[in-house]
Amino acid sequence: MKPLWALLAMLSLPASAESQLNLTKGVTEVSNRVYDLHMTIFYICCAIGVVVFGLMFISMIRHRKSKNPKPANFHENVKVEIAWTIIPLLILVGMAIPATTTLIAMEDTSEADVTIQVTGSQWKWHYKYFENDVEFFSRLATQQEQINNKFTKSENYLLEVDRPLVIPTDRKVRFLVTSDDVIHSWWVPDFAVKKDANPGFINETWTKVDEPGIYRGQCAELCGKDHGFMPVVVIAKEPAEYEKWITDIEAKQEAARQREQELLSMEMSKEELMDLGEKVYNSTCAACHQPNGQGVNGVFPALAGSGVAVDPEAKSKHIDIVVNGVSGTAMQAFGQQLSMQELAAVITYERNAWGNETGDLIQAADINKVMNQ
Amino acid sequence: MSTAVEATHHDAHHDHKPSGIGRWLFTTNHKDIGSMYLLFSLTMFFVGGAMAMVIRAELFQPGLQLVDPHFFNQMTTVHGLVMIFGAVMPAFTGLANWMVPMMIGAPDMALPRMNNWSFWILPFAFMILLGSLFMEGGGPAFGWTAYAPLSTSYSSDSTALFVFSVHIMGISSIMGAINVIVTIMNMRAPGMNYMKMPLFVWTWFITAFLLIAVMPVLAGAVTMMLTDKYFGTSFFDAAGGGDPVMYQHIFWFFGHPEVYIMILPSFGIISAIIPAFTRKRLFGYSSMVYATAAIALLSFLVWAHHMFTTGMPVFAELFFMYCTMLIAVPTGVKVFNWVATMWKGSMTFETPMLFALAFVILFTIGGFSGLMLAITPVDFQYHDTYFVVAHFHYVLVTGAIFSVMAAAYYWLPKWTGHMYDSTLAKTHFWTSVISVNVLFFPMHFAGLAGMPRRIPDYATQFADVNQITSIGGFAFGLSQLIFLWVVIKCVKGGEKADAKPWEGAEGLEWTVPSPAPYHTFEKPPKVD
Repeated sequence: MKPLWALLAMLSLPASAESQLNLTKGVTEVSNRVYDLHMTIFYICCAIGVVVFGLMFISMIRHRKSKNPKPANFHENVKVEIAWTIIPLLILVGMAIPATTTLIAMEDTSEADVTIQVTGSQWKWHYKYFENDVEFFSRLATQQEQINNKFTKSENYLLEVDRPLVIPTDRKVRFLVTSDDVIHSWWVPDFAVKKDANPGFINETWTKVDEPGIYRGQCAELCGKDHGFMPVVVIAKEPAEYEKWITDIEAKQEAARQREQELLSMEMSKEELMDLGEKVYNSTCAACHQPNGQGVNGVFPALAGSGVAVDPEAKSKHIDIVVNGVSGTAMQAFGQQLSMQELAAVITYERNAWGNETGDLIQAADINKVMNQ
Repeated sequence: MSTAVEATHHDAHHDHKPSGIGRWLFTTNHKDIGSMYLLFSLTMFFVGGAMAMVIRAELFQPGLQLVDPHFFNQMTTVHGLVMIFGAVMPAFTGLANWMVPMMIGAPDMALPRMNNWSFWILPFAFMILLGSLFMEGGGPAFGWTAYAPLSTSYSSDSTALFVFSVHIMGISSIMGAINVIVTIMNMRAPGMNYMKMPLFVWTWFITAFLLIAVMPVLAGAVTMMLTDKYFGTSFFDAAGGGDPVMYQHIFWFFGHPEVYIMILPSFGIISAIIPAFTRKRLFGYSSMVYATAAIALLSFLVWAHHMFTTGMPVFAELFFMYCTMLIAVPTGVKVFNWVATMWKGSMTFETPMLFALAFVILFTIGGFSGLMLAITPVDFQYHDTYFVVAHFHYVLVTGAIFSVMAAAYYWLPKWTGHMYDSTLAKTHFWTSVISVNVLFFPMHFAGLAGMPRRIPDYATQFADVNQITSIGGFAFGLSQLIFLWVVIKCVKGGEKADAKPWEGAEGLEWTVPSPAPYHTFEKPPKVD
């Protein structure tokens, strides 16, 4: 019954602002203008529809053969035909004027307070703050078990990430949108911002959020297998809170970089490497190469029992592939996405799991060598 | 006595058909080729429909239950390709083959041997395309639009087969279009000048020019895709100096006129059926012709409205927005003309008319959402959501496909010589028209609420809408089996049809007996 009620609700409900069945009003001046424009055009279409369909139904009732056996004879009227060319044209001009001013406002990215580079890749977003030394990746946080219907679905199923983008309210935030591999599209409905991320090119867009809050969106361009699993989550904080957050995160990221350097001289044990490696593999690599390392025939190569992962000679090639990616394929460069320790662990794991028996242990120092070649 | 015998013998000889499989393989007869096109189209309609059922079944509830995301993408991609190139376009070509010669009083198409070729390469194109689904790595999974670089650097090896099959489909379409143009220009009955041609002939005439103009563009785009993937060129690869957005410009320069290729012949069909069942001449014949030509010309100026979010300069966005909005004017003229044709008519509601009326209303709804999509600032919100899916299914399913069904019911008596089972046909209409709205109408809301298209799984807030949509989808799919049943029943037998079974129908096709003899108009009729 539930769907039936929902359908009835949908048909009887005038598209109201609160409804989940209509465009969101959003939280920016631009998104409000877009919403108003949407409603205006919608009402104009409804009015035209009522007139046209109304006349049709009157014809169907009053001019049916049983009521009106003798059809009229007219089949041309130049005046009428000119009128219904000119009047729609005037209505269109009426629509075009607010549309033009809104569009020009939307495309004005000048004089921004904060600039953030948004890079899409299969299937995660990378955010880099230009004014501060902060950058991070943002991935889907929903567990695979929920997607496979094994666990109950959380409230924000598929619309939650491990590290959301944080922006200040009341400031003009400019986004520079680009991509690492295929075309993605960065979309937050509440900001009325949707911009394609094109590899090799940078697009600009902007927003100025009025209310603090959590705003959710998704990738809106077919970008391969996991296109449906690439959410965007933005947290808007008051400027003071934002400043605190950004200095904190800056300090944390700096500390992590220093720790990384210290780790270079340390050796991890096989158990430690394999444990950490399994975790990293399952969160980063398993989407393509599958949890059992079998890959997908013809699309993603298998790691278990084949290729560089089992060839003792190919140790440095294996590191190179994971760190720098393979251009022209879906294999990304993970050098910037993972820490050296994580990289060392995951490569060790790949070379020793699922019956792969190279016995190779990779340490952070080996990764550092490849990265600084 | 002897003259009578001779006459009978002559007549029998006249309608002699080759027998056996050879009749179909080597035929140059426009009616046989038309029937084969229609049969092929119906088959593909069910193949593409089966894929849609897979999509709707997976989307019945959130989570992944039936298919994995990679296979889901293959289904959406091939569903689109099969429906566009396999179902809608061949259906119109089939109708053109059957009806254009009969409507202009010609004995056959002008280039009958090419006609045979343009049909017979099509099944091979689709065998290649559908076969690619069984390859290692699966079939094409990059959407029917095949945006680079997903379709180049990141696709499986079935891409080569995809490109090859698209080439063959394109060649078939171009040959078909050349045939239509040459036939209409050269083989009209004496006295039938251009402004006396039935509108179906006019709309196909214009469509054929569109086809010739844009199919090579598609061929070019997919060839560049092929060389990028296999021969190291960089048309769409920024690392080598190319531009992935250029692919979209080229693709949509084909793709936008393509959508009018799939709707202009519908306008012709509806312009034949509404006057017939209104018993009144079509209102504004000449403005219909001019409107069709205007739509065709404008269709070349609006391709980038599919690309508002790609990052075009604001002036380009404004130009494409204005041009796109303009298309509403000639399209509106057509709708107003149909309504004016009905006004003060004497209407009856046989099945073709029911489909035609549903066409006018539902196509107009698709037109409204199209107008909304044209407004660039709002398009940023609609783009690549289910709102777009709702829009183009309203114009393609309740538009193009409903008009093909209207045409099939209108001309079935002429093709088969039998009346179809009218009760069954009306059942087909009502189940279709109700279920198709349950299927596509809620998609508008899913899109507005923020559901992107081409996703195999979705946030729980979209669950109800998707469930309703899927139920509508299954019902619409099942309803089409009734259509199959009506057609088979009608081909096998039924009440004998008159030469002109519809009281108000007009046109040369109704002057020949039903079923239309194998050879018609060997002596051209006189038109005044």
